[in-house]
Amino acid sequence: MVALMTVQPPLIRTAAPHSHHPVNLDAPKIVVRDVSVFYGAKQALDSVSIDVPGKAVTAFIGPSGCGKSTFLRCINRMNDTIPGCRVEGAVEIDGEDVNARSVDPVILRAKVGMVFQKPNPFPKSIFENVAYGPRIHGLASGKSELEGIVEASLKKAGLWAEVSDRLNAPGTSLSGGQQQRLVIARAIAVSPEVILMDEPCSALDPIATARIEELIDELRQQYCIVIVTHSMAQAARVSQRTAFFHMGRLIEAGSTEEIFTNPRESRTQDYITGRIG
Amino acid sequence: MTDAVATRLKKRHAAEARFRLYGRMAIVVALSFLVLLLGRIGLQGYSTFTTNTVSLPVYLDPARIDRADLEGSNYDYVVALSLLKMMGETEDEFGTASDDAMELVSRDLGFQILDQIKANPALIGKTITVTGPVKADADLYYKGELKRSTDEADRKLNDRQLAWLDRIKTSGAVTSGFNVAFFTNADSTEPEQAGILGAVIGSAMMLLVTALIAVPMGVMAAVWLEEFAPKNRWTDLIEVNINNLAAVPSIVYGLLGLAVFVNGFGAPRGAALTGGMVLALMALPTVIIATRSALKAVPPSIREAAWGVGASRTQTVFHHVLPQAMPGVMTGTILSLAHALGETAPLLMIGMIAFNPGLPESFTSSASVLPVQVFIWETASERAFHERTAAAIIVLLVFMIAMNAAAVILRRRFERRW
Repeated sequence: MVALMTVQPPLIRTAAPHSHHPVNLDAPKIVVRDVSVFYGAKQALDSVSIDVPGKAVTAFIGPSGCGKSTFLRCINRMNDTIPGCRVEGAVEIDGEDVNARSVDPVILRAKVGMVFQKPNPFPKSIFENVAYGPRIHGLASGKSELEGIVEASLKKAGLWAEVSDRLNAPGTSLSGGQQQRLVIARAIAVSPEVILMDEPCSALDPIATARIEELIDELRQQYCIVIVTHSMAQAARVSQRTAFFHMGRLIEAGSTEEIFTNPRESRTQDYITGRIG
Repeated sequence: MTDAVATRLKKRHAAEARFRLYGRMAIVVALSFLVLLLGRIGLQGYSTFTTNTVSLPVYLDPARIDRADLEGSNYDYVVALSLLKMMGETEDEFGTASDDAMELVSRDLGFQILDQIKANPALIGKTITVTGPVKADADLYYKGELKRSTDEADRKLNDRQLAWLDRIKTSGAVTSGFNVAFFTNADSTEPEQAGILGAVIGSAMMLLVTALIAVPMGVMAAVWLEEFAPKNRWTDLIEVNINNLAAVPSIVYGLLGLAVFVNGFGAPRGAALTGGMVLALMALPTVIIATRSALKAVPPSIREAAWGVGASRTQTVFHHVLPQAMPGVMTGTILSLAHALGETAPLLMIGMIAFNPGLPESFTSSASVLPVQVFIWETASERAFHERTAAAIIVLLVFMIAMNAAAVILRRRFERRW
């Protein structure tokens, strides 16, 4: 019996280790200068400045309540929807300030897609979930074009093979991991340039997590991805750049390899070794 | 187990048993009141649903019918004479015998004769058979509610009339059957002719007006307050006031309607339109509150999802949040409409208490509604109206149960989608 046992391929597949090579960080996609965020009188972020490269994955790590999600939500002005929230400083995407009066948050959020912690498909069919964005932005001129966008988006999100025969089934009938990929497909469908992910795997089991991480690694070829994660292992697996937040401040940002092997700051060192957080 | 623990445990079990007993008792008391209420209404009202009909051969005496003035002739008397002849009595030219006879059959027979003669004057001089209800008091006698054992002075029909009724019954001219007239007629001064249809149609028209005003206005107001309004002192003030309005006694809305709609805008008194507007004011706070709580129950993740793909606030609300909240909105709305259906006081204030012998012609004509019809019949002196009161309450309750059932069905249907 024992003799029959052979080495099984690992159940949990991770992104290939080659992704840890330093990437070419030419012109940064997102430039953030001195961003502070206040919820009423409480300050959640204190003058954060960072450059986020395009076509790469940047991970924000840090203990709970450190402001990393708040910071993520500054990039697509999701904080606008929170009453009493005030954002100071500049967030520029391709040199354009997202907080400028001329920028309509509706257009901005089509350009900057978002994936949330808990999979939140609309209570509609799988097709409608993906088609909704293109429809409201007028991206498809006809039904067949819309179907093309839906198919392409689901393929990019690695979900097409699983759902192509039941596009009219409710999106909520899928498993958690499938729902999260559906939500990614929904974000991709409006051709964003940036995809923000707020702890996208925290509600998923390890297998679904691995599937999403693989997907993130594929998507990095086309999109600028910013991911907030609690899992340092995940940050190490999927990202090329890592930024460490603590108590509302950006402590350190750099290449993932550097942060995890040779952090400059002692607090970063403490966090990744598990002494704080 | 020590004694102390055992005693405490025993006490705890006793407390629990006591509490369960109180709960059961409360339910039994509540249910028995419900049974008492429904039972009394049912017992009093069910007899309305059957009625006694009489078929009489009537000789259309040319001497009694003026060919030149058909409308002016007294057909009730013609019917009474034929009845007297059937009883073997002699005519006494508007004396007590013909008066007694006229009190036994409905005036409906006389009107039927007039209609037939108008259509065919050649019938005069012939004998035709007309069928119609007996008078309400005679009906009560046949149903056993008016008893011969009662002293003659205390009952509406005298001994001679009862004897005649018995003879008509034994002759086979009287049949008992379903009271169709109650469901096809409007109100009448004659109990046997009075029906509920006018009030049912009036109530339906009024509710339509209420729904058309209160639902769109209420839902829109709630959506604005919940999804768009800034949270400041003004919106807090509005919210407090809406909650207070829901608790304002309904008669105050009647006064408001009288002052603003009737006296201010010149809306017609006692019309379905005016009544509907007043009830819409009354239902509005409830619709707003129900809609707001339904909107609050929609998970914020749906809103974030829509915002995340670049939907505007309006698109988010109308494409995602409101459809999700729809079952709750529906239920709240229908229940507040059902509540409005049972309102009487504000409608009395705007003059909906008028006697309406015909079906409502339009939204601006005088109309009766079910609860007011109940009120009118309850205050009538004839005993036969009292059983009709109970029957009208049964119809009102059926109307309400139907609406509540619609609320449940709509809720299921909207929820079943995903």
